[in-house]
Amino acid sequence: MSNAQKSPSRKQPNRGASGHRITRADRLKRWMARHRYEARDALTRLLQMPASALMTLSMLAVALAVPGFLLTLLINFEQLTPTTELKPQLAVYLKPATDAKRVDQISREMLLRDDLLSVELISPDTGAADFRERSELGGLLELFETNPLPAVILLVPRDEDPASLQTMQQSLFAIEEVDTVELDIEWLVRLAAILNSFERISVILSLLLALTVLLVVANTIRTMIGNRLEEIEVSLLMGATSRWVRRPFLYAGLWYGLFGALLSIVLIYLALILVESPLREMTELYLGAFELQGLGFQGVVSVLALGSVLGWGGAYLAVSRQLTQFEPQ
Amino acid sequence: MSAIRFSQVSKRYPNGHDALRTVDFELDSGEMAFLTGHSGAGKSTLLKLLTLVERPSRGEVWVGDQNLATMDRRRIPGYRQSLGVVYQNHRLLSDRTVFQNIALPLQIAGYSDDDIGRRVRAALDRVGLLSAESANPLALSGGEQQRIGIARAIVHKPRLLIADEPTGNLDPRLSLDIMQLFEQFNRIGTTVLIATHDVALIKRMKHRVLILDKGRMRHV
Repeated sequence: MSNAQKSPSRKQPNRGASGHRITRADRLKRWMARHRYEARDALTRLLQMPASALMTLSMLAVALAVPGFLLTLLINFEQLTPTTELKPQLAVYLKPATDAKRVDQISREMLLRDDLLSVELISPDTGAADFRERSELGGLLELFETNPLPAVILLVPRDEDPASLQTMQQSLFAIEEVDTVELDIEWLVRLAAILNSFERISVILSLLLALTVLLVVANTIRTMIGNRLEEIEVSLLMGATSRWVRRPFLYAGLWYGLFGALLSIVLIYLALILVESPLREMTELYLGAFELQGLGFQGVVSVLALGSVLGWGGAYLAVSRQLTQFEPQ
Repeated sequence: MSAIRFSQVSKRYPNGHDALRTVDFELDSGEMAFLTGHSGAGKSTLLKLLTLVERPSRGEVWVGDQNLATMDRRRIPGYRQSLGVVYQNHRLLSDRTVFQNIALPLQIAGYSDDDIGRRVRAALDRVGLLSAESANPLALSGGEQQRIGIARAIVHKPRLLIADEPTGNLDPRLSLDIMQLFEQFNRIGTTVLIATHDVALIKRMKHRVLILDKGRMRHV
């Protein structure tokens, strides 16, 4: 008797399980339909109040554009640094009185040294020709009876660290015919230091502005929650889960973040157009040809993703804070 | 099995006010009862314990086979979905239609759109307001609004229906209509508990009456 009663009850879970599988697929479908509905509804609500939405979106756009713009500049600068032209150089200026033979001899001696990567002699004649060609002041040379330019030997040392470069500079001074030795490295060190601090400032600024985005969205969503408090409370009383209550606001936050990011990309490109020509002039003086890079596909996707995540996060913060007040005591 | 069982239930609020003092009572499954008492006697608190808006300070509150005093926070939504609750001020949302208001508990419980359409119309039919489907609740009279509130409470066929002063703002004739509506649901097996201070109305209806007096239960 007890066996007879047990066996049908044992079958029950099996039937239940197969029924459950269908429900799960069904449930997933309804869940996705619900998400589609909430996403659309949040978008409609955002578009229904263009004035205040635009205000918030502009704030988000500016807060996202500044780090995006700095990031783009950094990428541009970093692409410059590793070029071969940035090897430290020593320019050895010989005394003008040194005769051509002696100049030749000195440069040959240097060619034999194995602590130098390259030795380039610029004779006074070559120097004058170069000067005439490159400088607008080339005509000045005609005022002199004889070529006033000294012979210059350009050296690229093998060892690049500042200390050994300075030692080499000292040893070159010891040669009698040497007038002065210019170590062409200080501006490099300075550039590296500037880039380094620029990078650090960018990171700090980006973090602060990301926090701003989070707070702006959280504040906007907080107002939105205030307007829909009755709906939240009624839904909770009917058995809505926290997730259910959060969903419309998370979508609202997501839309704000995404549209803010889209606007910020427009701002970033406008800013890049503005800085392109002065930046090109500056870099060409030091480093030769320079092509300003935009955000690129990856950058655009990153800014959009960052905006969306921050918008979502800000909304999450705002709703979660609000939800705790409805917990039973 | 009893539908509701309070066992030695006390509720003291953080400000020191004792809203309920060792309350004991049972409501059988399929029973209909009134809960009455002066304002401040603890009616609202008792209903808040049943809807898990508050938890008891002491004692056990059983609904079916679930002890609400110790119920896990994550199970509260599921429990509330199984209830039907009618409020005094009906708490309809004014930014959506009657249909959308009644559909809300079904959406929360995850019903499909087809199912929702059918059930909402069935519920509207039961309260005699099928034609009000696409109206805004604010455009309806007080009695009609309360009927919509009832339709929303019974649309998912709850086994326990709780009402907090459902006739508080209505004239006597409309009040009787509403009470008869509750009786209809009770006749098909729903357990009904109605908090009201409308003594005249209670006397006309032949149902059990639970009286709260300063937080204590007096059985009649």
